[in-house]
Formats: sequence, C-alpha cells, structure tokens
Amino acid sequence: MEALFSAAVGILTTCGIYLTLRGRTFPVVLGLTLLTYAANLFLFSMGRLKLGASNLVNDGLPDVDPLPQALVLTAIVIGFAMTAFVIILAIRARGDLGSDHVNGRRRQSRRSKHDDPLELNQARGGIKR
Amino acid sequence: MSDHLIIAPIVLPLLLGALMLFKRGDSQRFHRTLAAIGMVAQLAVAITLLVQSSDGTIRSYALGGWQPPFGIILVLDRLAAYMVLISTLLGSAALLYSSGGQDARGSNFHALFQFQLMGINGAFLTGDIFNLFVFFEILLIASYGLILHSGGRKRTLAGLHYVVLNIAASSFFLIAIGTLYGTLGTLNMADLAVQVTNMDPRRAALVQSAALLLMAVFLLKSAILPLHFWLPRAYAAAPGAVAAIFAIMTKVGIYSILRVYTQVFGDHAGELANFAHVWLWWGGLATLAIGGIGVFSSPDLRLQVSYLTLISVGTMVAALGMSHPASYSALLFYLPHTTFISAGLFLLSEVIGRQRGRASTRIVKSRRLRQPYLLGALYMVGMLGILGLPPFSGALAKTLILFSAQGSEGAWLWPLVLGSTLLGIVSISRAGTTVFWRSGASASTKGPLLNLRTGGAVVMLIGVAVLMPIFAGPISAYTDTITAQLLDTNAYTEALLGISIDTAGEESGS
Repeated sequence: MEALFSAAVGILTTCGIYLTLRGRTFPVVLGLTLLTYAANLFLFSMGRLKLGASNLVNDGLPDVDPLPQALVLTAIVIGFAMTAFVIILAIRARGDLGSDHVNGRRRQSRRSKHDDPLELNQARGGIKR
Repeated sequence: MSDHLIIAPIVLPLLLGALMLFKRGDSQRFHRTLAAIGMVAQLAVAITLLVQSSDGTIRSYALGGWQPPFGIILVLDRLAAYMVLISTLLGSAALLYSSGGQDARGSNFHALFQFQLMGINGAFLTGDIFNLFVFFEILLIASYGLILHSGGRKRTLAGLHYVVLNIAASSFFLIAIGTLYGTLGTLNMADLAVQVTNMDPRRAALVQSAALLLMAVFLLKSAILPLHFWLPRAYAAAPGAVAAIFAIMTKVGIYSILRVYTQVFGDHAGELANFAHVWLWWGGLATLAIGGIGVFSSPDLRLQVSYLTLISVGTMVAALGMSHPASYSALLFYLPHTTFISAGLFLLSEVIGRQRGRASTRIVKSRRLRQPYLLGALYMVGMLGILGLPPFSGALAKTLILFSAQGSEGAWLWPLVLGSTLLGIVSISRAGTTVFWRSGASASTKGPLLNLRTGGAVVMLIGVAVLMPIFAGPISAYTDTITAQLLDTNAYTEALLGISIDTAGEESGS
C-alpha cells in the first residue's frame, strides 16, 4: 500500500509540475490543481498509513494520528478557494489580454495561429472580441 | 482582559473586514470612517503590545485553552510586537492615502485591506508553523484581490503571475510542513526546536530537505534571486496604496526566515545548526547585484522603486546570512526604514504619474508637474533616504549592516552594497532630472494635487527618513534587545513548554 500511495503522490506531483510549466493558462490551472492534490495526499500520509485503525474514538482498534487529517482538511478548503480564484482570474486574463497565454502574447506565426482554435475561428469571422 | 490583547491584532481586522462586507448603495463614507476608527484602535493595541513585550517576558495565548504543544498558540515576544507595530503603522498610512479616492475605484477595497492586515499580523504572532501557512494564505488571498483592484490589462497580467506562483509555493509549503511533522512529530515552533536538538541523526537529511523546501517558500515571498521575477512587475502594476502595503509582504518572508532559522535551526540544533545561512548569504548578495542592475536599467519610476525594494531585500537576507547578533540587530533597524520609505515612494510615484498625464511614470520628457517643488523635494528625500546618503536613515541603517560584517564577509558585502547604492544614485539622478527638470514650459492641468490625505500619507512615510536618524539611539538599543531575546532559544521553549532545550536533551539521553 505504501508503494502504491507514494507512487500516486509522485506521479501527481510530476504531472502537476509539468503542467504548471506550460504556456497556456488552462494547463497551468490543471497543474496547480494536481499539485495541490499531491500536497494534500502527502500531508495526509504523514500520520502514517494504517488499515483498520480509528482516529478519535478508541474502541479497541489501533489508533492513528488524527492531526494530519485535521491539517489536510484545512489545506483542502484553502486549496479549493485558491483554485476557484485562479480559474476566474484565468478567464478574466483571457478577456483582458486577448489570449490565454500566461504572458498575454498573441501567437504570430501562421502555423501556430492554426493551432489555436479561437484564433482560427476569428480568422473565419467566427468569434470576435 | 490584557491577556486577550494578544489576539486583538488578528480579531480586530477580522471583525472590521467582515463588517465592511455589508454594503448598501454608497457606503464609501461609512467604510472610511470604520477604517479610520479601526486603525486608531489597532494602533493603540499595537503600542500596548509593544510596551507589554518590552519587559522581556514571552507571553503566549492558547486558543481554546489547549496548551502547547498540542493547541494552537499565539506568541508575543519583542520581535512579534515590533513587527505588528510596523505593519499597523504602514497600514494606517496606506489607508489614509487610499481615502484620497483610490478606494472608490473598485469594490471591497477596505474589507480586503483589513483581511490583508489580519493575515500579516497573524503571521507575525503565530507560534506554530501550520498556522503560519494559514495566515500566509489569508494575506495572500486578500492580496490577490487587492492587486487587481480597479482592474486594467497590466494588473491582470501581473496578478496572474503572482497568483500562480504563490499557489505553487503554497503546495510546497504544505509538503515541507508534512515532512517536518512526519519526521519530528510536531509543528509548534518551540517544540520543533526541542525535537530538532534531540533528533535521531538518521533523520537529519529528511529534516534538512524539509527545512530547505520551507526556506525556498519563504525566499519566494521575500523575492530572492532565482525567485524574484514576479516582484518588479507586480509591485509596479499594483495600485499605489496596495503597493505600499505590499512593501511589508516581502518582510513577512524575512521575518519567517528569521524566526524559523534562528529559533528552530539555530545554534542548538546539533547537526543542522545554522545550515541555512550559507544559502541566505549568497542568495542575498546575488539579489543585491541584480537589484542594482535592475534599478539602473528601469525605464519607469515605479519599476525603479520596485528594484530598490529588491536591493533592500537582498541587503536584509545577506545580513541574515551573516548570522551575527550585530547583523540581526542591524537588519531589524534596516527593516522599518526600508518598509516605510519604499511604501512612501510607491505612493509618491503614483501621484507624480497622475500629474504628468500621458507620460505617466515613464522616465521621459513631459509637461511640467502641477506641484514640481513639493513632489521634487519629497522624491529627493525619499530616494536619498532609501539609498542611504547621509543625513537620512538609510545611511545609518546600511552602515550598521556593513559594520556587522566580520572577516572575509566584508570583502563581498561592502562592494556589493556600495556598488548597488552607486548605481541607484546614478539612476535616480537621471530619473529625477528628466521628470522634474527636463519638462516643457506649460504646466500640466490634469491629475489630482497632493492633498491633506494623500500628501499626509506620503509625508508620514517619507518622514521616517528624517525621523529615524534622530531616534537612532533608542531604536537600535531596542533592536539589540530584540535580537538578544530572539537568540535565547532556551528562554523561548521554557516560556512556552516549561522545558529548556538542554534539560530536554538530558532527559531523553538518560
């Protein structure tokens, strides 16, 4: 179980960091979400992983440290609020900057112009800003 | 009653902020009055706390009566009281400035501002690393709202970078906290200090990696070299009053480093004693250099002040890296000086920009300002103050830091500090000449004049450059006592846990 758990945390972190380093806001937001999940899972596992243990009511079962669970609860709530905020900000940046690139740049070359569905639509007279 | 005063710097802004969320039509006047009353009350509390803490006892406040190391505690020592007073004074000045009209250009300014103060004060008062994280998040989410206040393309872009970076940093903060808890079994700072001393040596590497990850987060907040790219843009784009309160945000990072890496990983920490300082020292020096170059190359007044902030952060972190009691004390003298004056300069450059019309704060030839003499004099005092030319405060503060260097440290510190100052002087004289002298004959007619509120705030903040040299004796004597208390980790753990580190070591040894 430990190996599976740590592998999951590791893969989440890797994907999170990779996506955070991308140039568009959507992958960045996804990356931040994955990174937050990884951090939460990691924090949770710091009370040690145990099966069949109770955290607060000790009815003869072996007990597990409840503090990391309290911490992770706080962290989840905070992470949730932050993700909600960054999504709204990303949408606003798309509107304000006219592009979903994190630096607000419009793509110039023709090839990359056709990679961008929104730009393509605009070229065909589709979406106008 | 006076026991409960410790939590007042957190509860008071929380209540005020919550009250300010209620709006009906035009409630600007109501909010301003509430903010004014609130700031007077918070100033009174902060001064009382400073007086209380100056007797040298470390007071703690256990929330819900849960005793440390299990419950959440707030700790009031000299350092915490000093920092709370600085943030409250800065907050008052920034609010005074914003009441000149900036607060009305966007919604919920006052409520967000109070939450920001709550987060900052909480970070200074908490005695627990997880709560440090929580208060960091509070001050961050308020600052996300504030940096976007009154909108605009530049602010959105700077805000996006700032928000993404800080959310990523929060995840790393959590991972560091998790590792510390997993290896040491506690998050209370006093208990951490005890546990680090008596740690199983096989765990040293894990604890050290957690501590370094934690330091990376703090260094991001205080904008040290590889992690500083967000600062100039964010500070230059933020509205004046917000940039002013942001001047203390970098210092929250510095405060956290000072707290964690002297009290938890200080001299007593065995294998890990002072391991962080070599990183701080070189990081600080590199930031100093890059800040100097940045000031020299910035085409905009506000960008220039941002890079001056970077120089001051570099100086402070280098002083942290030297880790002598004298350099800590000098750092604490330097901290209010640079906080207040850079905040004042952010406000001033915004006023200058608005009076110049289209040229804004760019350093180009333009029409004459409406108040060239007043603004010019304030600009001169502020800039010479922050750069450190006598007779202003920066000269004293920088000299204290320079003289605290020992041995070969001086060979690195002196040229970099003095070199960045020289670059700063060259670029501010160039900027000042262009903005104030190379102007057309016709005076600008647009843009607000410096009135009692905006001008009062600017004069208050920049006046520190004149006042600090006058009261330098008492202030530096006080920072010496702060340092003495900070370095006495035994007294800290005894006050909070009832055990000193040495006896705890003997118990576990026997």
